[in-house]
Amino acid sequence: MLSRGVKQLGRLRPCSQGILPSFACRGFASPTLPELTKDRYPHVKRGEFAKLDQNHLKFFRDLLGENRVLNDPSDCEIYNVDWNRNVRGYSDCVLKPKTTQEVSQILSFCNEHRLAVSPQGGNTGLVGGSVPVFDEIVLSLSLMNNIISVDDTSGILVCEGGCVLEYLDEQLANHGLMMPLDLGAKGSCQIGGNVSTNAGGLRLLRYGNLQGNVLGIEAVKANGEILDCLSALKKDNTGFHLKHLFIGSEGALGVVTKVAIQCPAKPQAVNLAFLGVKSFDNILTTFRRAKRELGEILSSFEMIDEQSIGAVMGHLKVKSPIDNHPFYVLFETQGSNDAHDQEKIHRFLENIMGDGTVLDGTVTNEPSKMRAIWDLRERIAEAFLHDGYVFKYDITLPLEKFYSIVDVMRERLGSDVLRCCGYGHIGDGNIHFTVTTKEFSKDILKRIEPFVYEFTSELKGSISAEHGIGFRKPQYIHYSKSDAAIHLMKELKKLMDPKGILNPYKVLP
Amino acid sequence: MARVLVGVKRVIDYAVKIRVKPDKSGVVTDGVKHSMNPFDEIAIEEAVRLKEKKLASEIIAVSCGPTQSQEVIRTALAMGADKGIHVEVSGKDYETLQPIHVSKILAKIAQNEKVDMVIVGKQAIDDDSNQTAQMTAAVLDWPQATFASKVEKGDKEITVTREVDGGLETIKCKLPVVISADLRLNEPRYATLPNIMKAKKKPIAKVTPKDLGVDVSPRITVVSVEDPPVREPGVILPDVDALVAKLKEGGHV
Repeated sequence: MLSRGVKQLGRLRPCSQGILPSFACRGFASPTLPELTKDRYPHVKRGEFAKLDQNHLKFFRDLLGENRVLNDPSDCEIYNVDWNRNVRGYSDCVLKPKTTQEVSQILSFCNEHRLAVSPQGGNTGLVGGSVPVFDEIVLSLSLMNNIISVDDTSGILVCEGGCVLEYLDEQLANHGLMMPLDLGAKGSCQIGGNVSTNAGGLRLLRYGNLQGNVLGIEAVKANGEILDCLSALKKDNTGFHLKHLFIGSEGALGVVTKVAIQCPAKPQAVNLAFLGVKSFDNILTTFRRAKRELGEILSSFEMIDEQSIGAVMGHLKVKSPIDNHPFYVLFETQGSNDAHDQEKIHRFLENIMGDGTVLDGTVTNEPSKMRAIWDLRERIAEAFLHDGYVFKYDITLPLEKFYSIVDVMRERLGSDVLRCCGYGHIGDGNIHFTVTTKEFSKDILKRIEPFVYEFTSELKGSISAEHGIGFRKPQYIHYSKSDAAIHLMKELKKLMDPKGILNPYKVLP
Repeated sequence: MARVLVGVKRVIDYAVKIRVKPDKSGVVTDGVKHSMNPFDEIAIEEAVRLKEKKLASEIIAVSCGPTQSQEVIRTALAMGADKGIHVEVSGKDYETLQPIHVSKILAKIAQNEKVDMVIVGKQAIDDDSNQTAQMTAAVLDWPQATFASKVEKGDKEITVTREVDGGLETIKCKLPVVISADLRLNEPRYATLPNIMKAKKKPIAKVTPKDLGVDVSPRITVVSVEDPPVREPGVILPDVDALVAKLKEGGHV
């Protein structure tokens, strides 16, 4: 049968894709909506905010036009539920501005009339921070998706906050550059949201934090004032570095409308290895040696356990390159010369297999194979959703104890749960510990929280490595931050947003 | 047990976005990631499975192309082929290398190596020619089983299920035979580390078309290579009457 060969392949071996927030496109096993947040968490009370009325809607429609103001409950549904299907608000108003001016006018109006606002990017956040808790107006940045400039020489990108991460990466490729961060949600997450949550991701090991890569930010304060700190300069020590107020503050201090980012050169040579090992200790050994023997070319070092990969292979039918092993390591190298890198990698792999630290594995530099292998790591979160309900945790622990949380929790939960497993950025000491059950259970939740946070706190770890605080974790911040620090955060919030209209009920206890 | 020859082609990796050169003479290949043609991976996989079932004794991987084609032969060796033959064709000769040349090359090697089966992918994802298997069979005057989605080997013959437009056709062919692999024949294995290491020691012989007595003079000239036309945006119509009017206007009704 004559056909375009490539088209045939596309159908049977889907490329890694972003995960669309829309229910219509998800095709998941069970499209059941979670309970309304206000019902599941009755102790959280709606604040003293105004209720949306026709006058408010008229203002928005006059400002944005009919098409960019959503008011129908069914249209608003996807904006009300988070990606993990943990929480659900009941907002009946979604605004879609196209310019910073419009954002400014919206916030100024909301501030004046005491209307609560929930800023939203790609809605891929995992701590319930990107959707309304009650009926807050959703301020979606999705239409602010223009690239303003790319400087080939300095590698500096300036763009609007609604640009999707994968799109930015594709455009930058034309300039020989790449985004300094990468995460599984890249097909849907927006850079404004990434910055607001100080997203980490798969390449933090090599390219560092957004705290370092973001050179400038333009944000709009709660009262509508536009704060232009968008200097696209690597060095600019002129006064307090205000941009840091918005990096990681999860929309509580302002809405990020533009970003200037330092982008590294796109590597000429990328290699990916997938290894099977017997024990967690083998992973640590492999990591130590990889740092030494691969050093400057190591760009990512991830770990997956048997149950996590089982979810991806079982629910999403992604194939593993090797047989079953209790643990897997996925590491990537990026460099400027493929021949050099391959020599280093092959020597490393020969040695580490020769002495039995690693039992089996594969290595490749072919884009199609690398994408297929990355799917085994990047689609784990998506796969868990097919189990039913996902209790997801994101903690930093000392490396030696990285996997201990899973062992301890397995004992605590036994066979009352479907899965109790962990995977994640072992290179950064950050494990995504996850429990899945068929349905939400208050009992299971009680057995996990606050134990998991106490356990983390005792080991002086972080109760939220990269996902942030959002709605699910304000009451646990004290496990990782001092009272004085939390107090100062509250002062800053009062200063920047006296009426508390930006993302209320979240981030701060 | 059969001796098997597998043809493998180095093509641009199917996950890479293809770009046409500004002068329209071809696509950009410099600095672009290449890998083994996916249908050839399926061909190698089938050969290796035959060997694992003790139905094949030796697998020879052959590739025609510049020096980099050796990488694709190494992958074949890592998947389980025993030895490789690199037919060096580079520069202008490679740009105009066509299935008619490749089939003569494969046929000659098949005769030299006294193979019983030639397996290739049904088509390459760069030119979509779908000719090499058929032409090779013709040159050798061997039976051909193309678009194979299942192969069963008997003593002196094979039973092959073919994917055809009308459904599935099952045929029997006497050995020696040429087979072309279709998508559903199997799912190729990843080359695992121990095999990747072993493959480094397997031999790759180098020959030229001249050594094989094959003339690779160009039989075609590429006139131009262009992007497919940009898809026109759709038009949203207010009601069914407008739709009918538009359809009539376009001569569709």
